[in-house]
Amino acid sequence: MDFLSIIFEQIYKILFLLVPVLVSVAMIVWLDRRVWAFVQKRQGPNVVGPFGLLQSLADALKYIFKEMIIPSSSNKVIFILAPIVTMTLALIAWAVIPFGATQVLADINVGILYLFAVSSLGVYGIIMGGWASNSKYPFLGAIRSAAQMVSYEVSIGVIIINVLLCVGSLNLNDIVIAQQNLWFVIPLFPMFVIFFISALAETNRPPFDLPEAEAELVAGYQTEYSGMMYAMFWLGEYANILLMCAMGAVLFLGGWLSPLEIYPFTLIPGAMWLILKILILFFLFALVKAIVPRYRYDQLMRLGWKVFLPFSLIWVVLTASFLFYFNLLPVN
Amino acid sequence: MIAHSIFFYTFSLIAIISAIMVTASKNTVHSVFFLILDFISISCLFIMIGAEFLGMIMLIVYVGAVAVLFLFVVMMLNVAQQKNQWFAAKNSSKHIPVGLIISTLIFVEIIIVIGGWKYKPEIFDINNSFTQSSVSNTHSLGQILYTDYIHVFQISGMILLVAMIGAIVLTFRQRAGVKRQSYIKQISRERAEGVEVLEVETNKGVRIDD
Repeated sequence: MDFLSIIFEQIYKILFLLVPVLVSVAMIVWLDRRVWAFVQKRQGPNVVGPFGLLQSLADALKYIFKEMIIPSSSNKVIFILAPIVTMTLALIAWAVIPFGATQVLADINVGILYLFAVSSLGVYGIIMGGWASNSKYPFLGAIRSAAQMVSYEVSIGVIIINVLLCVGSLNLNDIVIAQQNLWFVIPLFPMFVIFFISALAETNRPPFDLPEAEAELVAGYQTEYSGMMYAMFWLGEYANILLMCAMGAVLFLGGWLSPLEIYPFTLIPGAMWLILKILILFFLFALVKAIVPRYRYDQLMRLGWKVFLPFSLIWVVLTASFLFYFNLLPVN
Repeated sequence: MIAHSIFFYTFSLIAIISAIMVTASKNTVHSVFFLILDFISISCLFIMIGAEFLGMIMLIVYVGAVAVLFLFVVMMLNVAQQKNQWFAAKNSSKHIPVGLIISTLIFVEIIIVIGGWKYKPEIFDINNSFTQSSVSNTHSLGQILYTDYIHVFQISGMILLVAMIGAIVLTFRQRAGVKRQSYIKQISRERAEGVEVLEVETNKGVRIDD
């Protein structure tokens, strides 16, 4: 009986985390389209519900009732697995995001490595989908995406090392608490910028959306997908974007800490601060989508390997030497 | 404890079945996917014995990078056809003894290491002082790697670096006549050197070549 109650408690906690994440994914799609539209002096989706807020629900309903077409020459098992993998990976990573000092589903010692590992697994959904479709455009999109994600993961890893040098722990809550006096965005500002750009590339957002560049590849790895499977890819993609924003907020913007520890700010709970920071980062993501033209593929690779990687490596040396010289290394 | 053993047997069963499927499946891409499943379940086993850092690094390095490259190569080279040709040929029995010898060797090595560890633990000089204390697995690993074994660690890093540079040197070739983009040239280009406004006399024209 004890065993059962533990299981039910955990399931309750997981649902309490995942349902808001899924709802906010739907809302964030609406926000993305609205910001995109406003930058281009359009209205965007504004018909369904107040301010068009229910647009994503209407879209989801449409996807559910559409037929799921499985191409006859595709590899059926992998074709169906691909969107499931994408979505699952985008959701399981939320387990370690801390919403408060104790409000975290799994407070594991290697939280940041877990986040990094799950985001590096995200490439499989895309490769599987692209290969299993057995068609030229999806395959090209999948190969592009794999190369892109593997390249930018390297620089994200090095940036994480920068933060870890200042914290001395791999636990996400420790990372947040270490920023109590100074958010890492101030001393590590160049790393924050590189992290933001790498996150754009890692989640296949414009200007790095080459895997689904509609002018050359139709829709990239999603070309053969339809109905609910397409919607799952789409949900997984946006959940990943939110996750990257959460990672940026935890690593650089102080996670659930309030900007100032004084009276009016301390009234607002930590989870609200984290959500606010995630939304600010997402707003930047949406703005970048609207104002920046798409990169060429060789430029993308050059940026990842020849600019970001050496720069962040040099910054690791700088951070380490600074901390060592001024005796600031976290020792426990 | 029961839950622990249930999870242990589930993961090890998945690991063993997928390891068999890596060799047994006809489609090469499927084998790579089974290999990935194997890696993932083994990293789960690592995490279960408390080696969380190793498990995560296993996921990041093997699943996140190495297996992606595997998949790349297998998808692009279309090895599936080649493999079928190999095994369809009559002389395929030539490969079997070699494989048998290698696998027996590996098996004997594993037996020696694991058996020795179990029955004569004092032979293997494993420093248990870190694993027994309250510090986390990641801390103890770092403390051992960067103090007692720093030279080995550095040398292995050097070997990897040399291998990487070697691979780049072997595959790099300078081709003549390839037009390359020079960003500095492009950015530092001014209007004065790019555009020239000329006064054109009627019926005379201008030479633009020089």
